[in-house]
Amino acid sequence: MSEPSKIVKTIASIIFPPTMVFGIYVILHGHLTPGGGFQGGAVVASAITLLLVAFGTAEIARRLKESHLSVIESIGALGFISLALLGLTATFFYNFLAGSGFIFGRIPPFGSNPGDMNTAGTLPLMNISVGLKVIAGLFAVVLVLAFVARSKGGGKR
Amino acid sequence: MIQHLPALIIALPLLTAFLMPLIGRISPTFRKLFAFIMIFLVAIIGILLVHEVHSKGIILYTFGAPQPGETTPSSLKIPVRIIFEIDGLGAFMVIVSIILAFTAMFYALPYFKEERGLDRFYALLFLLLAGILGMELTGDMFNFFVFLEIASISASALIAFCIDRSETLEAGIKYLAISSIGALFFLLSVGLLYGEYDALNMAMLAKSISNTFIDKMALILILGALLMKAGIAPMHMWLPDAYAEASPPVTLCVIAATQASMYGLLRMIFTIFHPSIDIAFLPALIIALSLITIGIGATMTLIQNRLTRAIAFAGVAEMGYILLGVGTAMYAGIKGYGEVALEGAIFHVLNDAIDMGLLFLVAGSVYLATRELDMNNLGGLARRMRFTAITFLIALLASSGMPPMNGFASKLLIYESTYALNPILSIIAILASILMLAIFVRIFYSVFLGPELPNLRDARDPPVLMLIPMLILSILIIFLGIFPSYAIDKLVDPAVRSLIDAKGYVSAVIGGG
Repeated sequence: MSEPSKIVKTIASIIFPPTMVFGIYVILHGHLTPGGGFQGGAVVASAITLLLVAFGTAEIARRLKESHLSVIESIGALGFISLALLGLTATFFYNFLAGSGFIFGRIPPFGSNPGDMNTAGTLPLMNISVGLKVIAGLFAVVLVLAFVARSKGGGKR
Repeated sequence: MIQHLPALIIALPLLTAFLMPLIGRISPTFRKLFAFIMIFLVAIIGILLVHEVHSKGIILYTFGAPQPGETTPSSLKIPVRIIFEIDGLGAFMVIVSIILAFTAMFYALPYFKEERGLDRFYALLFLLLAGILGMELTGDMFNFFVFLEIASISASALIAFCIDRSETLEAGIKYLAISSIGALFFLLSVGLLYGEYDALNMAMLAKSISNTFIDKMALILILGALLMKAGIAPMHMWLPDAYAEASPPVTLCVIAATQASMYGLLRMIFTIFHPSIDIAFLPALIIALSLITIGIGATMTLIQNRLTRAIAFAGVAEMGYILLGVGTAMYAGIKGYGEVALEGAIFHVLNDAIDMGLLFLVAGSVYLATRELDMNNLGGLARRMRFTAITFLIALLASSGMPPMNGFASKLLIYESTYALNPILSIIAILASILMLAIFVRIFYSVFLGPELPNLRDARDPPVLMLIPMLILSILIIFLGIFPSYAIDKLVDPAVRSLIDAKGYVSAVIGGG
């Protein structure tokens, strides 16, 4: 496989940071703006995929192991289900943080306002765990596809 | 803790599935132990839940509400949260799924020794269990769709898990395609209903549905999706592939998923749509489809050479019997012989699950001992595998509806009620059942009797741990066959009563009547 040109590499390096920031923004603001854990996670995973395309599979695969990704994925899923289980004082998925004054516990202001990050209780935390799971899961899929493509088409080109 | 049972029965399998990749890093033995403990806990929770439902009536669980029973927020008078609503039918299906999942897990622990990636296998198995149980407990249309998807995706991954032939992969992809198409049909109809009534809650929808064109369209789409998922002709072709190619523990769980789709059919038809929708040709269509399914299942069993495929086609025919009962009940209404038909259909869900499950476990034992499933290359196994041969005999008598076994009890109810509707229907059903018996006796002869083959001399019964699930299912078959009235009184009748009482299902959530 021929090396991607300098243009591809440069543009990828320029685009990568803003894409990451945007993805993390979508995850963290999931309870205020359109988007959330899944959408933001997909954006972040696509940013890492960009690196994969521009700099080749070998470099990325040396730093990121598939087994590490599966652990991150499990942690994300476990975070989600534990947050739901913590609500069992009332019911499963009960939002025990909303309005409690603790983290993300402020009551949202009434009327039109720029949006308060520190509201919505467990929802932002759940968004973060879903985001973690989606980043790890989607990237594992892309990584496996890249390996397959390399092992199949590597000999010809 | 008792009030949280409906949530825990879903949460525990999900938690186990997500923990599996981490647990698997510690040690394989610990992973097996963990899987076993968790399935045991789920089974206990399920039994407690069924006991609660039978002693207290319909159980409601509102997710995220301050109180589990608070279905409608005080400021609104409509149920906006996701609600689990468990009535007699849901409890019955929980029992069916738990029997299958428990025996499957028991069988899987010793069955897989040398396979790699087993943590993913157990994770998927528990996800599938969560999906199946969710479908059976939920009282929310969209939630039903979500659990349907969870079950389909994990099931198709599981079917293609142990790839020893290319057909395995094909079966997995076929299952995925059929399930996705079915799920999209279902989603479209949920969208139609939501657009019309602004509600996703099943009770709310059951109250508001009238006889409009959109409602009819939604019903047809839902029926299409669920009949596909239940393996009814002409969309039965995925079922023999999936059942025959998957490893036996997976097949048991896929059977549970198929029965959960059948449950969905019963719930949609009789609780949500039945009283208000009037489509004249629908009952006749359902009966016709069920007869075609029985015919295809029985005749296709005849020409199979592979043991598991033959059993799988018999499974197609069994689904046809269940649908025949449902169709008769739709035709006659749930009273008189219609009620008997429904009773037979629901009882047959349990019996079919147990019989087919046992047959597939036996096929798995034969495969484990001989590494061979082609019936032309098998023979004389009864000399070396006595226990397996006896359990196969029990299962074949049960699934072809012979008197001392459980299959007879439910099939008799179906014959009786279809005879009241039209004698020809029951004659076709009985003839197909006799045909199945003949085929199964032939299969038994060619696999277990006859001269001993030289290359199969070292075939042995499977290890004791794998005999236990087979023994459990055999005892259940004989027990339900000798005392069918016990199961009918304790389990089937509450299920039928809860289907008759559609108003009770609605008023439990919204109040009034």
